[in-house]
Amino acid sequence: MQFGIFTVGDVTPDPTNGRVPSERERIKAMVTIALKAEEVGLDVFATGEHHNPPFVPSSPTTMLGYIAARTSRLILSTATTLITTNDPVKIAEDYAMLQHLADGRVDLMLGRGNTGPVYPWFGQDIRNAIPLTFHNYDLLRRLWREDVVDWQGRFRTPLQSFTSTPRPLDGVPPFVWHGAIRSPEVAELAAYYGDGFFANHIFWPKEHTQRMVELYRTRFAHYGHGSPEQAIVGLGGQVFMRKNSQDAVREFRPYFDNAPVYGHGPSLEEFTARTPLTVGSPQQVIDRTLTFREYVGDYQRQLFLVDHAGLPLKTVLEQLDILGEEVVPVLRREFDALRPAHVPDAPTHASLKAARDAAAAGGSDPDARPAGGATAGVGNR
Amino acid sequence: MSRRRLAVVSAGLRVPSSTRLLADRIAEATSDELSRRGFEVDLGVVEVREHAHDVVNHLATGFPSESLQAALDLVAGADGLVAVTPIFNASYSGLFKSFFDVLGERTLVDRPVLIAATGGTVRHSLALEHALRPMFSYLRAAVVPTAVFAAPEDWGGGDAQGSLRRRIERAAGELAAEVARREPARPADPYALTATFEQLLSGEGTDQG
Repeated sequence: MQFGIFTVGDVTPDPTNGRVPSERERIKAMVTIALKAEEVGLDVFATGEHHNPPFVPSSPTTMLGYIAARTSRLILSTATTLITTNDPVKIAEDYAMLQHLADGRVDLMLGRGNTGPVYPWFGQDIRNAIPLTFHNYDLLRRLWREDVVDWQGRFRTPLQSFTSTPRPLDGVPPFVWHGAIRSPEVAELAAYYGDGFFANHIFWPKEHTQRMVELYRTRFAHYGHGSPEQAIVGLGGQVFMRKNSQDAVREFRPYFDNAPVYGHGPSLEEFTARTPLTVGSPQQVIDRTLTFREYVGDYQRQLFLVDHAGLPLKTVLEQLDILGEEVVPVLRREFDALRPAHVPDAPTHASLKAARDAAAAGGSDPDARPAGGATAGVGNR
Repeated sequence: MSRRRLAVVSAGLRVPSSTRLLADRIAEATSDELSRRGFEVDLGVVEVREHAHDVVNHLATGFPSESLQAALDLVAGADGLVAVTPIFNASYSGLFKSFFDVLGERTLVDRPVLIAATGGTVRHSLALEHALRPMFSYLRAAVVPTAVFAAPEDWGGGDAQGSLRRRIERAAGELAAEVARREPARPADPYALTATFEQLLSGEGTDQG
C-alpha cells in the first residue's frame, strides 16, 4: 500500500498571527515538504493545480520535475490535473516529459477541480464539465498509446498525423487515477478503462465515499478488469497530530475555524465526526485510518492533507515526522496483514512495464478495454 | 390499503408558532381528505428551526449533518409536501429558503406542493404568489392553485376564522387530489448512472445546465 501527501498549494494567512507567506516562500515550502515526504519514508507527493490566487501551483510538472531531480524514490503525482480545461495534447506531452526526467516515478490524478471560473479562462464552459472529461481523456489515452493520431472532436481543433512528444517512457503511459468528490460519472470513467479511482473523501461523509467507491468497484468488474475487490482505490485523509490529543485540538482549532472550504461552518468536533478529519494523537490517527477499509474495502493509496489553512512550514514538517516515524509504519503493517493476496498493489511504472512485457510474450493485451465498448477511434492503438 | 407520505416543512421561529399552527391544520385537513379517498397517511414534520445551524453548515461545506440528512430524506420521500413560512420583508424567511437551497435541485420535480404563509398583516398575502410559487415552479414542483395565507385576523374567530378554514380545506383538497392521482414517490438515487459510457463520451447523456 502506498502512503503519501497531497497539497492544495494555498497561500493562506496563519490565523494565529496573521502572517502570509510570499508566493516564493509557499512554493519553496511545497518543495521542502515533498523532500521531507521522501526522507520520512512516504511513497507519494501529489500537488494540486490552480490558476487563481490564493493558490500557487499553476504549473505542476515544473514543480514535480524539480522535485524529481532532488529525490530518488518518491512517486510524483497530482491532485488533481484539470482534464477539463487543459489541452489533452499538453497533458500528454508534459507528463511524458516528466516520466523521462523522473525515471518513471510519475502518475497523475485527473479531475475537474473545484473552481468554477477556471473554465472560461481556458475557453471552456463549465456546463460541459463531464463531456470534456470523457472527451479529453479519450484523446489523452490515444496520444500516449498511438504514435500517430488523427482526431476530431467537439472541444479542440482537429489533429492530423500528430505525434505527441516525447513518447511515454518505455512506451508505458503513466498510470491514471480519476479523482472525484461527487460525480458518479467519474467512477464510471475510471471503471471503464480499468484506471484508478481516488475518492477525495475529506470534504464529505464516509457514507458518500462508500457509495462512490462501491459504484466504481461494481463497474470495474462489469467491464471485465477483475473482481470488485481488485479495483484500484485511493483515498484522501486529513490529520493533525500531537503526542497528547488535547494539544493537537488546541493547536489546530484556529486553523480549522478559518480554513478555506469548510471554515466558519461546522465545529471541529462536528466535522471530525462526519468526515475523516482526525485531530489527536498518532494512535488516534492510526485507529481512524484503519477504519477506512471497513467501508471502502482494501485499497491501494492513502494520501493525507497536512499543509493547508496557513499552517507554518515548521509545523507541517513536524507532522511529516510523526507520520513517517509513528503512523505510516504501523498502518503499512496492519493494512498489509489484512489485505488478501488477490488484491493488487497500486500500479507503478515498473509493474506496468512488466505486465506489458509479459502480455507481449503471452500474446494478450494487459491494457485491453472491454469488448463492445469502443467508440470511434478508441480501438485502434 | 394504499399508503401515502405527507411531509410538512414549517419555518416558524417561535414556540408556539402560528406558522406551525397553520401547517398542522393544513396537514390534518390533507390527511383527512386522503383518508376519505382510501389512503393511509404517514405524516412527517420538519421544523426548520431545529436544523438552523446545520442548514448553514451545509451551505458552507456542501454536505448535511445526519439529522439534517434525515429531514431532507423525509421531504424527498414524501408524496405530498406542505411548505409553510412566515413572511419576512415581503418574502419567505431566509431560513425557509436556505432549507430548500440545500434540498437536491430535482427532488421536488412533479411533487405536489401546497404553499402557505403567516404574516403580521394581510397585506403580505401576495408574497405567496410572487415569492413562494415562483421558487417551487423553478423546482418544477406541482404547486396546487390555492395558497393559504393566515393573518392575525384569521386567528381571531368569527367570519375570518371560517374563511381560513374554507381556504385550508380547499387547498388541502387540491393537494390530496394531486397526491391521490400519482404513484407513490420514488426518490432519485444520486449515485445512479443515468447515461451509458458511449453517451457520456459523446456528451449526449449529460443534462448539464
